[in-house]
Formats: sequence, C-alpha cells, structure tokens
Amino acid sequence: MSAVTPDFTLRPSGGLRRRRIVNKVMETLGTAAALLAVGVLFLVIASVAVRAAPALSWDFFTKPPALFGLPGGGISSAIVGSLLIVGLATAIALPVGVLIAIYLTEFAPRRVAQPIQLVLDVLNGLPTIVTGIFVYGLFVIGHQQSGYAGSVALSIVMLPLVARAAQETLLLVPSALREASLALGVSRWRTVVGVILPTTFGGIITGGVLAVARAAGETAPLLFTTSIFNPAVSTDVTKAMPNIPVLIFTYSEQPDKALHEQAWGAALVLMVFVLVASLAAKALLARSRRKLGR
Amino acid sequence: MSALPSEFSLRTSTRRLSDRIGDVVLRGLTLLAALAAVALLGAIVWKVLDLAWPSIRHFGLGFVVGETWDPVKRHFGALPFIYGTALSSLIALLLATPLAIAIALWLSELAPRGVRGIVGSLVEMLAAIPSVVLGLWGILVLGPFLSHHLEPWLHDNLGFIPLFGGPAPTGTGLFTAGLILTIMVVPIIASICRELFLQVPDELEEGALALGATRWEMIRGVILPSTRTGIAAAIILGLGRALGEAIAVTQVIGGGTIISSNLFGPIDTLASKIAASYQGAGSGLEQSSLLYLAAILLVIGLITNFAAQVIVRVFDPLRGAR
Repeated sequence: MSAVTPDFTLRPSGGLRRRRIVNKVMETLGTAAALLAVGVLFLVIASVAVRAAPALSWDFFTKPPALFGLPGGGISSAIVGSLLIVGLATAIALPVGVLIAIYLTEFAPRRVAQPIQLVLDVLNGLPTIVTGIFVYGLFVIGHQQSGYAGSVALSIVMLPLVARAAQETLLLVPSALREASLALGVSRWRTVVGVILPTTFGGIITGGVLAVARAAGETAPLLFTTSIFNPAVSTDVTKAMPNIPVLIFTYSEQPDKALHEQAWGAALVLMVFVLVASLAAKALLARSRRKLGR
Repeated sequence: MSALPSEFSLRTSTRRLSDRIGDVVLRGLTLLAALAAVALLGAIVWKVLDLAWPSIRHFGLGFVVGETWDPVKRHFGALPFIYGTALSSLIALLLATPLAIAIALWLSELAPRGVRGIVGSLVEMLAAIPSVVLGLWGILVLGPFLSHHLEPWLHDNLGFIPLFGGPAPTGTGLFTAGLILTIMVVPIIASICRELFLQVPDELEEGALALGATRWEMIRGVILPSTRTGIAAAIILGLGRALGEAIAVTQVIGGGTIISSNLFGPIDTLASKIAASYQGAGSGLEQSSLLYLAAILLVIGLITNFAAQVIVRVFDPLRGAR
C-alpha cells in the first residue's frame, strides 16, 4: 500500500483545543470534589481525635459522669446504657427483619412483595425524630422514659436496614440449591431453615452489624424516650438510661468547657465504634458475596 | 417451588405432619412480620396525628401559615420552621448536588482503578459519621470558623444582598446548618449516582468516545441524560434526609422563631424545634403544637420518600421486583 498523505493536520486547533480544555477543567473539578469530600472526612475525624485526646483516661471509661459542678467523671454509665439499648433493639429488629426478608424472597407473590418493599423503603427514609415521637406517644406519655422505649425506637430505625440486607443475601442464594433441596422431597420450611438460612448466615450478620452501627449513633429516637436520666450506672431498662448519643448532645448544648471535653471524648468513642463496625461489616459482606459466587 | 408440575409434588397425605405444620407456621410467621411492617407505618401516622390532634383542632390548617410562635400568648404557627426547613435544605441541596454528581462521575469514570474502591469507601464513611458527632463538630469547630472568617467576608463583600447580613456571634445559624446538612447529603447522593453511572452500558460510552467526543462530552451527552430520572430520585432522597435531620441541625442552627432574610441568623427547622424541646414544653397546647410540627414533618417526609421511591421504580423496574 502506498503511503497516504493526510490532507488534515493532527494537531489540535480551534474547536478541538477548546473542547480539550473544557474536558480538562471538568476532570479537574471532579477530582477536586472527591478530594474535598475525603478532606472533610479527615478534618472531622482529626479534630474529634485531637480534641478528645485530653479527655481520654482510665477514669473516663470506668467512672459515671461527675455530679453537677464537680470535675472529673467519665462515661461508663452511658457506655453500659448504649450497649443495653442497642443490644435490645437488635434483638427485636434482627429476627423480625429476617422474617420479613424470608417472606419477601421465598413466599410473597410479586404483587404483594412490591407494596411491602415500598413500605420498608419509606420507613427507612422517615425522619428518625418522628419515630422517636411515635414511641414517645406509645410508651412514654402516661408512663415514664425508659431504656426499652429507646430500644423500640431504635429497632424501628434498624428494621428496614436489616430486612433489606437479609433480602439481598437471600437473593444471592443460587436457586439450584433451593431446587435441589425441594427435589429431594424436603419440605419448604426445612429448606428455608436448614439450607437457605445457613448459607446466608454471614450476610445477615453483617447486615445486622451495619444496622447496629447506624443505630448506635442515632440520637433523635432517644431524645424523647430515654434522655432525662440518673447519671449512675444502671442496667434497669424500665427506667431512662444514660446513653452516649444523648450525652454528647446535651453536653454540646452546655457552655461548660469541661463538658465539651467530655463530649469530644464520647464522640471519639462513638465514632471509632461506628466506623470500625461499618468497615468490618462491609469487608465481611464482600467476602460472603464472593463465597456465594458473585 | 410451586411451579413444579402437580404430578411430581408429594401428595399431602404422604407428608409428615411436622412438615405440613412447619410450612404453615413459617409462612404465617413471615407473613405476620411483613404485615407488621405495614401496620407499623400506619400506626406511626395514626399516633402522630392523634398526639397533635388538640392543636390541629385548635388552629386548623391555618397553623401551617401562622407566623408567630408565642408560648406566652399561647399562639402557635409553623411558618418560621417551615421556612427554616426549606431554606436549610435548599442550601444543602444547592451545594451538595453538583459536588455529589462530580464525585460520582469521578468515582465511576475518571478515577484510576486502584483508588476507586478506597475513595468510594471513604465517601461512604462520611455518611456513617453519627449526626450528633457532626453537630458537635459544627457547633465547636465549624461555627466559630464561619463567624470569624467566612461570614464577615461574605458580609463585607456581598452585604448589599440582604441574605448576607451580620454574622452570628457564635456561628450558629441557618447557614451553618445548611453546611452541616451538605456534609450529610453529599455521600447519599454520590453513592446512588455512582451506581447509576456504572449501569450505563459501556457500548454507549465507548461509542461516544469512538465518535471523537472528549470524556466530558461523553458524560454530558450520554451519561447524564440517560440517568436523569435516577439523579432526580437521588436528590429527592437527599432532600428527605436534609428535611428530617433533627440532631445536628438543633446543635448548630441557634434556635429562633423570627423569619429573617439574613442567612447567618438563628432560626429553627421543624425537626430541630421538636428536638430542642425534648425536656418538655410548658402548656398542653404548646406541646400538642410541637407534635403538630412533627405531623407536618411526617407528611413532608412521606411525600418526598414516596416520590423518590416511585421515580426509582419507574426508572428501574427491576429494583421494585427484588
């Protein structure tokens, strides 16, 4: 083939140069936006860590808050309270959420599954302060604030998250597994309990951990259900219990610098817990998906 | 599976009793749980309206446009808080939408493969920061910075616009709340948009590039138009989050009941007004008026959520089926 001499130049000129510049500008803006988001994340984490450092001590983790006006004190009662409230909420939300997911993936005809799915998604987006008000009306008016009321409120926040996570793992179970079990004459419920649930165990647990991470930081549902409490360590869920989110919230609204320091300390504890839990859950989730062949 | 031809299914008479009972029990239990979720949503709506009823009866729908919130004269109206909610969410969406879309585009189209996963998880971590921690940061770090640096600068240079009035002395106000909400909304919109952008068929993208489009032209001409509806749904979901956020906003918005054009002034949103009064309100009427605010918030929340979900389902029918 004879060489062809192109009658056009390959060097960018006029319009093309302008288009390339626009492209470059836009790419740079995109990169800058991503950097900004990551920068804000590190800024928040770093300022919490730096300001929390002076508060952290052995006493901080082992002592209840000091009486009004006295120095020292810690957040032990809030840690205990938060663990109990979130634990109880998980105990409510996890089984119910898994049952809903089983219904939606194993039993429900599409016509029925769609509206239920819609309800779950709407529940997930509901302002959590409204959830708090609902539980307040249900359990607190006419009675008193209590740890279990806080747990119920948090479980409502967790329910759609758990159900969605369980549903997604259930859908990953290969239908061959389901069909093999049924073909062997195993009944429906034994298939679900003996074959399907065990394969999705990991996914459901990680979904649960993600929901716990979300619930642990929720303050709004607790404000009206378990916020006016005795600061001493308590394990009585029928009374209002101290907890970390509400403690941070009330301390942050005070002018007292010493309380701010305590609030930073508690914020660091909460943030580390939440971030580690969600990172671990995501890593586990990726692993269990790979195991199910996706 | 029920799709099996009937001659292959085991006749009920030969099945063990425990299996027959087990099937019915499991089906019943799971159905019950699903119905409970539906009933829960109904119960929430009913209970909140029930709690607000004394105020709804007293003020009627005029409450929504009532401009005063005066516990002494026992006259209550929601307009200042609706204004605060609308404006703080608007600030958040105006700042967050372009940022989030840019981040999503960068993560799905531009970023080097090795970095994508890491930066993607970092952006999602931003969403995992508890709102109360972000609020604490807002009130003690961001607020003072804004009131000492950014707000005076905006006031001096753009003060002729009534929006940029005198800075708040402590840095708490509508503008700070809008910025905190921006931080909360960006990861929500960004992660949904990233999923959307990744779903755009490669052939379309490669086709555009092969025709000589630059990457930006491909994004503008192919990716953004084909994901428009989904982006709208993502923005509405972000809006839902911004409207309903109570804690962080309560911490940074300063608390006020006067509508003012000054962005830096204190005000309250519906959610923050409710949260700020957690230690109890004075009269019965004040309390039920606060719960009326919760009812308004609930209605707004339901509308935005339904709208977003319906758009998502129309746009991506598969999602609804899952």
